[in-house]
Amino acid sequence: MSVLIIAEHEHGVLKSDTSKVVSATQKLGKSITVLVAGLNVSEVAAAASKIEGVSNVIVADNAAFEHQLAEDLADLVVELAGDYSHIFAAATTTGKNFMPRVAALLDKVQISDIIDVIDENTFKRPIYAGNAIATVQSAEDKHIVTVRSSAFDVAGEQAPAAVSTIDAVKENTLSSFVSQQETESERPELTAANVIISGGRGMQNGENFALLNGIADKLGAAIGASRAAVDAGFVPNDMQVGQTGKIVAPQLYIAVGISGAIQHLAGMKDSKVIVAINKDPDAPIFQVADYGLVADLFDVLPELEASL
Amino acid sequence: MKILVPVKRVIDYNVKARVKADNSDVDLNNVKMALNPFCEIAVEEAIRIKEAGKATEVVVVSIGDKACQEQLRTALALGADKAIQIDTAEKLESLHVAKLLAKVVEQENPELVILGKQAIDSDNNQTGQMLAALTSRAQATFASEVIVEGDKVNVTREVDGGLQTIAVNLPAVVTTDLRLNEPRYATLPNIMKAKRKPLDVISAADLGVDLTPRITTVKVEEPSKREAGEIVADVATLVEKLKNEAKVI
Ligand SMILES: Cc1cc2nc3c(=O)[nH]c(=O)nc-3n(C[C@H](O)[C@H](O)[C@H](O)COP(=O)(O)OP(=O)(O)OC[C@H]3O[C@@H](n4cnc5c(N)ncnc54)[C@H](O)[C@@H]3O)c2cc1C
Repeated sequence: MSVLIIAEHEHGVLKSDTSKVVSATQKLGKSITVLVAGLNVSEVAAAASKIEGVSNVIVADNAAFEHQLAEDLADLVVELAGDYSHIFAAATTTGKNFMPRVAALLDKVQISDIIDVIDENTFKRPIYAGNAIATVQSAEDKHIVTVRSSAFDVAGEQAPAAVSTIDAVKENTLSSFVSQQETESERPELTAANVIISGGRGMQNGENFALLNGIADKLGAAIGASRAAVDAGFVPNDMQVGQTGKIVAPQLYIAVGISGAIQHLAGMKDSKVIVAINKDPDAPIFQVADYGLVADLFDVLPELEASL
Repeated sequence: MKILVPVKRVIDYNVKARVKADNSDVDLNNVKMALNPFCEIAVEEAIRIKEAGKATEVVVVSIGDKACQEQLRTALALGADKAIQIDTAEKLESLHVAKLLAKVVEQENPELVILGKQAIDSDNNQTGQMLAALTSRAQATFASEVIVEGDKVNVTREVDGGLQTIAVNLPAVVTTDLRLNEPRYATLPNIMKAKRKPLDVISAADLGVDLTPRITTVKVEEPSKREAGEIVADVATLVEKLKNEAKVI
């Protein structure tokens, strides 16, 4: 029995999360099928077929899947589920939305947000905001798993695997799409960036986030935020890093005016190098920082930008 | 309209969980416990819908031993009308919880179920979606705005790319995100009043759900520790270290 991975994509582009999920499943030594469900997704499918380790790609190209509604995706996956022992998706807001629905429809448990695959039915996952790592073993014969993509590397490339299409759709009558409000940004995505600079409540307002722009430009960085900064309306929700926001592990994470609450640390403490800029020498963020600068951010940010 | 709000007793969010010396689990002895923050937001939302005249009753339910009555009383003090404790000493998996809740949904027949998107202990983020599946209802997860209009609910969802608004037909299941509302504090008179509100206890065993564990926790470990690094004197030193020592810029 083989592995089914549901691809993560947006605007006709495959996200690197999918490649990382492929990496996670390679250890199982099984053949890997990627399911691409969406509207006008032939390029996504082509990209998925080139991820090293993928044996074939199934495409469900239909308006019903355009907005990735959980009811439609779950029904589709359940229909295909019979052939697979492992069904994996990234623990993105899409994966978190439809995968538990799949699990329940199949009467299976789900293992969420894994950071390691030990064997066919044993996985590691963080619990309690990452303050503990549980090794869990499932007694199911079919494993429904979401993957914390920041814990895995992008897989290599290969010559394209076979792509086939299916037209299994029963459009759901329970929910419908109304609108989407997207945050436009030229910057790399938080979950894919090598460098992230995040601002917290210490930034004081949304305008001051502009102080991070120049630095982000020079470093090719994504800009993130703490919950306090999002709650206060400084920046949009999709910039939140943390236990309940995005989990990131870049090469370099710069926390500016962020105190370092448990919930924020949960989202960034696996970064390779952490820099903290905070005027309070006792801020908990310094306990996880490789380099700390005790200073007023309004003094040092312009200087930092100038010296890069 | 009746709203059902399932809630969970968890470690207080200000407390850092510690792993037991024998690596069997997290140590919850003498640890401060509280209503899961996302559940608190769910209770608040249900009460606001009721206050807006769009619901007539808010029922809260929790699954656990007697201790979880404390959290049910909290929810009653916030404004819920009635509480149900599903009594069990077992440590349940999300699928079990969803199945037990599906039984409660069958009995109570709420048009709307509002739950927290995740519990901050297991961090699973599964129960609401599973309950929706088991009761063949629409789901609207990670809500930052919920507008009830006739037989539909418009829900704005916090997604990775921004915000998505969907319409779900009632009956439905909604899970809450952080920015849906700011929960009120329970006032002393309401805490007193909550003591007299109905709290029914049902034995989990009586609900006819197979609660055999399907997941074994092999071990629970501390995550690899990060050592605190160094405090640098100024921006120039920081940039120099990032370039030459850490080699990340
Ligand atoms: C259920 C739940 C989930 C949560 N999930 C998340 C999450 O996913 N992500 C998250 O981030 N939080 C989350 N939180 C919130 C978390 O507990 C903290 O409240 C939040 O992270 C604090 O944000 P902050 O560090 O920006 O603000 P504060 O804690 O207020 O810290 C501001 C910092 O800025 C510093 N500062 C102020 N002015 C300056 C200046 N001029 N120069 C330099 N430094 C300055 C201060 O010294 C202080 O350390 C969650 C909370 C709960 C209950």
